[in-house]
Amino acid sequence: MPPVMLRTEALTKGFTLHLQGGLHIPVLGGIALAVAAGECVALGGPSGAGKSTLLRCLYGTYRTEGGRILVRHRGAFLDLAAADPRAILAVRAETLGYVSQFLRVVPRVPAVTIVAEAAIARGMAAEAAREHAAALLLRLGVPSRLHGLPPATFSGGEQQRVNLARGFIADHPILLLDEPTASLDAANRDAVLGLIREAKARGAAIVTIMHDTAARDAVADRLFPVPPLQDAA
Amino acid sequence: MTVDTLLSARGLRLSFGAIPALAGVDVDLWPGEILAVVGESGSGKTTLLNVLCGRLAPDGGAVWYRDPSGRLADVHAMPAPTLRQLHRSDWGFVRQDPRESLRMGVSAGGNVGERLMAAGARHYGQIRATATEWLMRVEIDPARIDDLPRSFSGGMLQRLQIARTLATHPRLVFMDEPTGGLDVSVQARLLDLIRGLVRDLGIASVLVTHDLAVARLLAQRIAVMQRGLVVETGLTDQVLDDPRHPYTQLLVSSVLQA
Amino acid sequence: MKGYNFAYLDEQTKRMIRRAILKAVAIPGHQIPFGAREMPLPYGWGTGGIQVTAAILGADDVLKVIDQGADDTTNAVSIRRFFAATAGVRTTTRTAEASVIQTRHRIPETPLTEAQILVYQVPQPEPLYRLEPSRSETTQMHALADYGAMHVKLYEDIARWGQVAISYDYPVMVAGRYLTSPSPIPAFDNPKLHRMPALQLFGAGREKRIYAIPPYTDVRSLDFDDHPFAPPHARGACALCGATDAYLDEVVIDDRGRRMFVCSDTDHCATRRDAGHLGAEGVAP
Repeated sequence: MPPVMLRTEALTKGFTLHLQGGLHIPVLGGIALAVAAGECVALGGPSGAGKSTLLRCLYGTYRTEGGRILVRHRGAFLDLAAADPRAILAVRAETLGYVSQFLRVVPRVPAVTIVAEAAIARGMAAEAAREHAAALLLRLGVPSRLHGLPPATFSGGEQQRVNLARGFIADHPILLLDEPTASLDAANRDAVLGLIREAKARGAAIVTIMHDTAARDAVADRLFPVPPLQDAA
Repeated sequence: MTVDTLLSARGLRLSFGAIPALAGVDVDLWPGEILAVVGESGSGKTTLLNVLCGRLAPDGGAVWYRDPSGRLADVHAMPAPTLRQLHRSDWGFVRQDPRESLRMGVSAGGNVGERLMAAGARHYGQIRATATEWLMRVEIDPARIDDLPRSFSGGMLQRLQIARTLATHPRLVFMDEPTGGLDVSVQARLLDLIRGLVRDLGIASVLVTHDLAVARLLAQRIAVMQRGLVVETGLTDQVLDDPRHPYTQLLVSSVLQA
Repeated sequence: MKGYNFAYLDEQTKRMIRRAILKAVAIPGHQIPFGAREMPLPYGWGTGGIQVTAAILGADDVLKVIDQGADDTTNAVSIRRFFAATAGVRTTTRTAEASVIQTRHRIPETPLTEAQILVYQVPQPEPLYRLEPSRSETTQMHALADYGAMHVKLYEDIARWGQVAISYDYPVMVAGRYLTSPSPIPAFDNPKLHRMPALQLFGAGREKRIYAIPPYTDVRSLDFDDHPFAPPHARGACALCGATDAYLDEVVIDDRGRRMFVCSDTDHCATRRDAGHLGAEGVAP
């Protein structure tokens, strides 16, 4: 049995909207998810069920209301829900990778540097990181002539591929992928699926949201249904 | 406070007359980290900055700084020469209006060189070489090294202030609205520059800003201030993407999306 | 002279000034405030120097007064007469014979000895005055030895002119601690400040400050390692005595722009001519 890399226990998350009279909207309740090394779990459930919310909780962006998020970090489980900010930053640097749906553009920084920075942050030498970044961008169909340009002026698809390259380059043991194949053509989608397979092969635990069922079936080992809480209540 | 905390404040209180500018504020800063202090005008963030750097004495509470040898020093109890020595070597202060910290009647090179000379540099050629290198780092044409700042644009002035501040490789830089008075296009360039320099030099910073986008781009952590209190702190993405305090929610929802 | 106390000032005032002088000697280069009195000559004519001289003068002293090196200018003559009249001390123009020398803007060329005291008339005692107009700020800068700004001034000079463009009142560090104005002596004279055997006292009447450089104190002119302090020398020789190593005044001698150099130190020049040194236009005295 490959070891469990990520596990949630009774994870609960809701939002209190103070600007609307303190209205409380529960989104996740009692989520128990476990992902093993080399396993790819796709989050399922209807739109609005809280798939993205769960993914953001797993990354530590959304602070939970209850339960634990256990991440295998430096050989031991660490509860992300109770960790202090610096511990979360360390987990993100070494263990936990996240590819959001949209690239948050940094002005004036060339695409290849944005990608390489993620590898440098994990300790790769600067020159090696740049070469690796360029290769990864090419593989994702971002032509060399764009590597030296800041992605602010790129198309949505190109930006998404820069984002993916940045997410995959650091070889994090755990990867969270939010719609990694959306807005990609067939060739680039296959390139991304190839990267996911390679990540699984090296033992990465992956949690993903994919609406494209064909792509999902190609890489996901199982589906984890996120129950819509409002309906259940 | 942990063994490697660079700057630590506990229970800071300061009132101006009946108005509490700080009503019990705790701050921790670790080496190499940028903490953004956000909040609207009058929330106490600039007062906090001035108290943290020792310029303004608090009514209560204490600020501790860990010097390069690892000793903790009470910023408000240290003798004036020690504090001034910190301010011209280990620390830096970047103001919103660069005219307040630059010497407007002294050339760009002289401005960058001043902190070096205050730190004991006595070789003209080396001071000039260092100044040239810093002008290039902040993207000012080194041919302008002997020009007076008067002839510089607002963005150039701010970059010159940054070069002047960072030339002695401080470990801790206090920044008060560093992109405040600048055009948006100039702001982006400056932000990117600060981001790169701070990362390359491993500088820790307390950054006061009312601009959440600036905080998002530069800071790892955010402290939200309202009426002299820190009402919410956390990682930048936690506070901006999942704001929990009513005031933070108001602040985040008030930002115009471009 | 009837109706006056010895050396014009009353004894209480002299004591107060002596206390300031003792303090100044104890903290070389540090400016000590004192209660400067109204003197019977205008500010800028040496009211500070004359009070210091009055406070230290004894009946046995021999006084020499120079103005820009010369014993025979109005200011020097007046002050010399003043003390001859109010203290009855002997006066001289010979540097070697004097026990107290009051000076405006020069150090005599003849090396001084431990038996002599040099009193400077100082118009502006604050060396940072041109860089920082606030007194309270300069006081802090002195307290914290925060002299980066002064080096910035030197840096600016080299950047602009290729050299430090200060020809007089060139700032010095006294005993490695206080930045000090050497009163407006020419930079040429600065090396004489260093480890001088004579006690040097500085009095600023209008600014009400006294400071001192005790005998054999280190006095370093500010500079850079790669631009060391180099006092300027006149390109010429004294037309009267032929001296090339003394401080020379340039004098225009007709309306066609002809000019000549002469020693600024009149006693030095005369002593050399006595000894047989003659310049291009010199005659034995």
